[in-house]
Amino acid sequence: MADLLNAFAIAGKAFFGFQAIFFALLAIGINVHFGYTGLLNFGQIAFAMLGGFGIAISVSQWGLNFWLGVVIGLVSAVVLALLLGLPTLRLRADYLAIVTIATAEGLRLVFRSVSATPVTGGTRGLSAFNGSFIDLAPWETQTRHRVLGTSWSGGELWVALVGWSLVALTSLLVWQLMRSPWGRVVKAIREDEDAVRALGKNVYAYKMQALVLGGIFGALGGMIYAIGTGSAIPDQYQNANTFLAYAALILGGAARVLGPVLGSMLLLFILQFADTLLRALIENGVIPEGLLSSTDVAQIRFVLVGIGLMLLLVFRPQGIFGDRREVMLDAR
Amino acid sequence: MTHAPHRAREHGARSSAEQGQGAPPRGLRTWRAWRTGRRPLVLALLVAAIAMALATLVPGVASAEGERLVGTLQTSRSGPIEGVEITVETADGDAVDSVETDEDGRFAVDLPGPGQYSISLDEDALPEGVELGTAGATREVTVDLGRSQPVNFGLVDGSSGAGGGTVRAVQLLVDGLRFGLLIAVCAVGLSLIFGTTGLTNFAHGELVTIGAIIAWYINVRGGVPLIPATIIAMVVGAAVGALNERGIWRPLRKRGTGLIAALVVSIGLSLLLRYAIQIVYGGFSNPYGDYQSQRAVNYGVFTMTNRALASIVISIVVLVAVALMLQRTKIGKAMRAVADNRDLAASSGIDVNRVILVVWMMGGALATLGGVLLGLSDQVQWDMGFRLLLLMFAGVTLGGLGTAYGALVGSVIVGVFVQMSTLVIPDDMKYVGGLLLLIVILVIRPQGILGSRARIG
Repeated sequence: MADLLNAFAIAGKAFFGFQAIFFALLAIGINVHFGYTGLLNFGQIAFAMLGGFGIAISVSQWGLNFWLGVVIGLVSAVVLALLLGLPTLRLRADYLAIVTIATAEGLRLVFRSVSATPVTGGTRGLSAFNGSFIDLAPWETQTRHRVLGTSWSGGELWVALVGWSLVALTSLLVWQLMRSPWGRVVKAIREDEDAVRALGKNVYAYKMQALVLGGIFGALGGMIYAIGTGSAIPDQYQNANTFLAYAALILGGAARVLGPVLGSMLLLFILQFADTLLRALIENGVIPEGLLSSTDVAQIRFVLVGIGLMLLLVFRPQGIFGDRREVMLDAR
Repeated sequence: MTHAPHRAREHGARSSAEQGQGAPPRGLRTWRAWRTGRRPLVLALLVAAIAMALATLVPGVASAEGERLVGTLQTSRSGPIEGVEITVETADGDAVDSVETDEDGRFAVDLPGPGQYSISLDEDALPEGVELGTAGATREVTVDLGRSQPVNFGLVDGSSGAGGGTVRAVQLLVDGLRFGLLIAVCAVGLSLIFGTTGLTNFAHGELVTIGAIIAWYINVRGGVPLIPATIIAMVVGAAVGALNERGIWRPLRKRGTGLIAALVVSIGLSLLLRYAIQIVYGGFSNPYGDYQSQRAVNYGVFTMTNRALASIVISIVVLVAVALMLQRTKIGKAMRAVADNRDLAASSGIDVNRVILVVWMMGGALATLGGVLLGLSDQVQWDMGFRLLLLMFAGVTLGGLGTAYGALVGSVIVGVFVQMSTLVIPDDMKYVGGLLLLIVILVIRPQGILGSRARIG
C-alpha cells in the first residue's frame, strides 16, 4: 500500500514536471500540424532537438547570451520547417510523414556523429548552459520543497513555472488563431483541400505557415527539456518521443486546444505510475525476476504507448475530449 | 578494440560496439567444442563466436567483474591476429598485466580499478603486411568504474588505402550493391503491401528484426546450422505476416478505418513490437553462429568475404524469382492487378483478400531473409529493422511507391549511394546520405523512377 501511495506521489510529480511540459509543447505543435491542418509530421522531435541544441551550442560552445541561444534555436526550427515543407507539402500526406521521420533520424545521427563532436559534443552531448536561466528564479534554487509528497528543488519549480506559463501562452495563441479567419482556412484544408483551393486560397502557403508554427512550439518544448535536464544529448531526442507526443495528443483529443496539454499530463502520469509500480512489484518479488527485470521497465513504457496508440486509434480516435467528426483520418 | 577497416565500413560502428566483451569462459568453450564435431580451426573460430555470443548474454560474465580493457586485433586481409603480446601499465608506469591475443585476435586485461592506463602492443609480433596506423603502438585510456573499456589499435593492412590493389570506389560499389540488394529483398514486401492495401506500414522494419532474431534463436540457441535455421525462420516470418494481416489489418479494413489512422496504428504496432523485442532479446548485438570468421577474398580491385558474395547471389536469385512470380504466375498477375486497380481486380473475379494475405506472407518471408542477411553482415540487434526501415522507405519512394520493380531499382540505388557516400562524408553519417537522397528525389521527381504521376495525389 505504501508502494502504491509512493507511486502515486512520484507519478504526481511527473504530472506537473518538465517532462509533461516537454510533451505538452510537442503535442501542441503536432496539434497544429495534425489536428487542425491535417499534416502528418512524424519528425516533431527534430524541432525539439534544434531548440534544445540551439541553446546548448550557443551558450556552452560559442559563449553567447542565453536569450540569443533561444533566438537561434527558434530560427533554426523555422528553417527546418521551411526545408521540410518545401518539397513535401504539395504531395500526398504520407510523403511528409516519411520525409519528416527520416529527417528527424538523420539529424540525430548527424548530431551524435564523431565528426560533429566539436560542435554538439557527440554522443556525450553538452551541459552547463542553463545557469543564467536558473539564476533568474526569484527564489532560492538550491533549497528543496515538499509539494504533494514529493521533493522539488527551487530550480525545478522555476522551470515548471516558466514551462507551464509557456504552455498556457501557446494554448491561448492556438485558441485565438483557430477562431480567426486563418484558423478556419486551415481547418478547411484538413477537411477538403480542393474546396479551399477552389475558393482561391493558397493552400501551400497556409500549410507551410502551420508547419512553421507547430515547429516553433516543438522547439520551445525542446528548450524546456534541455533546461530541465541541464544537458542536451542527441540520443535523448529519439524519434519514439514524437510518437509519445502523438499518443498524448490523441489521448487528450486532437483538434482541441486543451487536448494535447491534458493528454500529456495524463500520459506521463500513467507511464510514471506504471513505471514506479512495476519497479516496486519487481523489488518485492511479486513479479518474478525471470519474467521481467527492473532494467526492462524502461522499455515497458514504449510497449504501453504502442498498445495505447493502437487501441485509441481503432476504438476512440477522438480521445477523451475530441469530436469524432473533427478528427481527420483519411489520406489525400 | 581493433577491427578490420572493411568491417567498419560495412554497416557503421554499431556492429562492432559489442565485440569487445572479452574471452568466453573456458568451461563453456570446451562444452561447445565437444558438441560440434568439425575441423579444428573452423571449429575453434565457430565455437569462439558462439561462446562470445553467449558470454554477452549471461550477465556477470563479461561486465560485472570490474574494470577491464578489451579489444580485438584483426584486419580484413590477415583475419584475426593471434599471439601478439599486449602490455598494460598504470599512469605511473607500474606494470599491471601482459597477455597474448587468442586465436580470434581477442584480448582482455583485468584492471585493479578505474583510472588512467597505458596499453601497448608488441609491434614486432604483427604478421607480414599488417602495420600500425598513424597513432602508434601505445594508447592512453581512461576507464570508468565497472566498465569494460574497448581499445582500438587501428591496424592497417593496405586494403582500405590506395595501396594493395583495391580501389576504394569499386570496393564501396560492391559493398553498396550487396547492401542495396538486401534492402530490396526487405522492401519488395513493403512496396507490395502499399500497392495492394494503401497502407504505409511503419511496422515493416519489425518484420525484418523478428525474422533475424527468430533465426538467431534457432541458430545460436538451438544449434541448428544457419541455412536451415533461416528457412525455418522464413516460414515463421510468413506466418507473422499472415498474423499481421488476419489479426490487425483485415479487421481494420472491415471497420472502415482510414489510411491515416491505419498508418498511426502501424506506428503503434512498431513501437510495441520494437520494445517488446528489446525486452525479450535484450539490447545486445550478437552475431550468428556460422560464417563469422571469414577472410576477405581478393578479387583484384576489391575484396569480399564469401558470406558477402553469398548474400549478393541469394538476393539476386530471390529477387529474380519474385519478378518471375509477378510476371508469370496466376497469383503474381493477381497481385499486380490488385495493386493497379483494386476495384477492377475484384470485379474481374480476383479474391482480393486472398491476394493481400499472400502478399503479407511473402513480405514477411522476404523481410526475414533480408534480416538474416543483414544480421550476417552487421549483427543481430533489436532495432536493426527500424534503422533499415528508413532506407527501405527511401528506396521504395525513389523507385515509386507501390510498384514492385520500383522498390527493387530504388533500393539498389539507395544502397549503393549510402555506401559510396562514405567517400565524401564520415562513416557514421552515411545513413544521412540515403535520407538526403530521399528528400532530393521528392523535390525532383516525387512519383519516383517507375511510379506514375497519378499516385502522388
